[in-house]
Amino acid sequence: MSTAELRDGEVRFREKRRPGLIVGEILVMLLFVIFMLPFALVVINSAKTAKEIVLSAVSLPESWSQIFVNIRAIFTDPTVDYTSAFVDSFVITVISLAVIVFFSAMCAWVLVRNKSRWSTFVFLAFVSAMVIPFQVVMFPLVRWFKILGDAIGLPLLATYHGIVFAYLGFGCSMSVFILHGFIKGVPLELEEAATIDGCSQARTFFEIVLPLLRPAFVTVLILNGIWIWNDYLLPLLILGSAGEVQTIPLAVTAFAGAYVKKWDLILTSALLAMIPIIVLFLFAQRYIIKGMVEGAIK
Amino acid sequence: MKRRAYLDFLFIFPCVFAFLMVIIVPFGIGIYYSLTDWNGVNPVINFVGFKNFTGMFREPQFVYSFLATLGYTAINVVLVNVVSFILSLLVTGELRLRNLYRAGFFVPNLIGGIVLGYIWQFVFNNVLVNMGATLGIGFLQKSLIADKNTVIWAMSLVNTWQYAGYIMMIYVAAIQSIPASVLEAASVDGANYFVRIRRILMPMVANAFTITLFLTLTNSFKQYDLNFALTNGGPAMRFMGKAIRASELLAMDIYKTANAANRMAEAQAKAVVFFIVLVVFSVTQVYINKRKEVEA
Repeated sequence: MSTAELRDGEVRFREKRRPGLIVGEILVMLLFVIFMLPFALVVINSAKTAKEIVLSAVSLPESWSQIFVNIRAIFTDPTVDYTSAFVDSFVITVISLAVIVFFSAMCAWVLVRNKSRWSTFVFLAFVSAMVIPFQVVMFPLVRWFKILGDAIGLPLLATYHGIVFAYLGFGCSMSVFILHGFIKGVPLELEEAATIDGCSQARTFFEIVLPLLRPAFVTVLILNGIWIWNDYLLPLLILGSAGEVQTIPLAVTAFAGAYVKKWDLILTSALLAMIPIIVLFLFAQRYIIKGMVEGAIK
Repeated sequence: MKRRAYLDFLFIFPCVFAFLMVIIVPFGIGIYYSLTDWNGVNPVINFVGFKNFTGMFREPQFVYSFLATLGYTAINVVLVNVVSFILSLLVTGELRLRNLYRAGFFVPNLIGGIVLGYIWQFVFNNVLVNMGATLGIGFLQKSLIADKNTVIWAMSLVNTWQYAGYIMMIYVAAIQSIPASVLEAASVDGANYFVRIRRILMPMVANAFTITLFLTLTNSFKQYDLNFALTNGGPAMRFMGKAIRASELLAMDIYKTANAANRMAEAQAKAVVFFIVLVVFSVTQVYINKRKEVEA
């Protein structure tokens, strides 16, 4: 055979290689262009005035500097505070992730190492709750958060801590599940050695176990991070569409609702909402794909 | 190692507490509320039995949404998996830019349904309509999301665009775990490309099918964000003698029943039905796939 050895995971199109390969290459390039078209349309139309878009949605903009005019219009808009939505989304995502990763790791570690009937029960409860769709709990949750907030004198609705707490509740079952699977593969001897050296249980966890979990944290952070950053319904219900705290998806909807058909501004706001995640993807592409695929397979 | 019970308790407490408060308690309350006349306003809540459950099946919008969701899910399961399987075969071939392709197909999946929904609303209502007018393509001249016959298909198209790259990566991971020697041996024995795919590759990635079908099924069934931003349920049509919204899927119908009409208990009852149907479907699917995996 004239062609080079195949590596694992490669599927050769044809033995004689060339004709099949060329067809495949053209097909995939075409599909790639089609997949990227909507993004290209967002970029070119974000650099147009409303009038230009009406004239033609596919032509290139007259002047690219219009994109800065549109961005300025969005950040200075009186009805939707985009700047604070960015800050809020960032704060909520980062704090929720920290809380989810930290507490899920603690929980998963105890559930693996403390083998008893109740730990099995708690673990199974987490796993089976993953089938519960958001729609069944969303309305009772709002009412329950109201009651709970009134009872403890600390409102949970329309607050940062309320939504972070909700994200911990929704995020921890999957996170515990993933970390549980990972910790099972961590050798117990390390922890035993630490104990013999006089390490307390808490210190063993924080200084020995936690650093070992880093690869699994990547998966947990990415799966939860993308979900929380893009989430719409939970913020809508917990924060409300007109509350003090707003996230980017809420701001984009408010924008689209307030400026029906003003596509120059709606598309620019969509562009701004996409940029952070696309930039992150460019830098951490390998981890993101790996994390999301591993999360699904487990 | 000696473990201290109070420390173990302290360690699991935050997660278990949040889990109870956010999922288990509301779930319990939700089941109870579905059997009451809760309307979100009146503080007195009365038990009414299964009235809400029998009522919903006489409601044209609910019956339609139920059927539309089943149709939408079926279309997506087929479309997303066919497209992503083909993509995965293409990007595991010996292409020069395959890493770029993989990343490109994957990107739409990182962006939320809300943002994507508005982008595609623009594509359907402006770009495609303009294109149809300029190039004289008849079926594009009316927006595909403004026509009751095409709107579900249009949503499936966007969903496929959004989701195919993710599912593709799951297939890619499965294909990469097949030793090259197996496929090589088959081609030495004279099996052509399609025979190798059908007889060797597909059986060897059978467990990936279980996952991808499960993901596409549950995701399509629970679709809300994209539905909201792309069509918000429109356009209007007639069904069972009443005016209804032609692209209102179940999740949206649940939300609208509660928020637009203040019929909280009925919305909750619909959500319970939604939950049961989803569980039955996904369990059946996993069961069938697992059996196939064994055969393969």
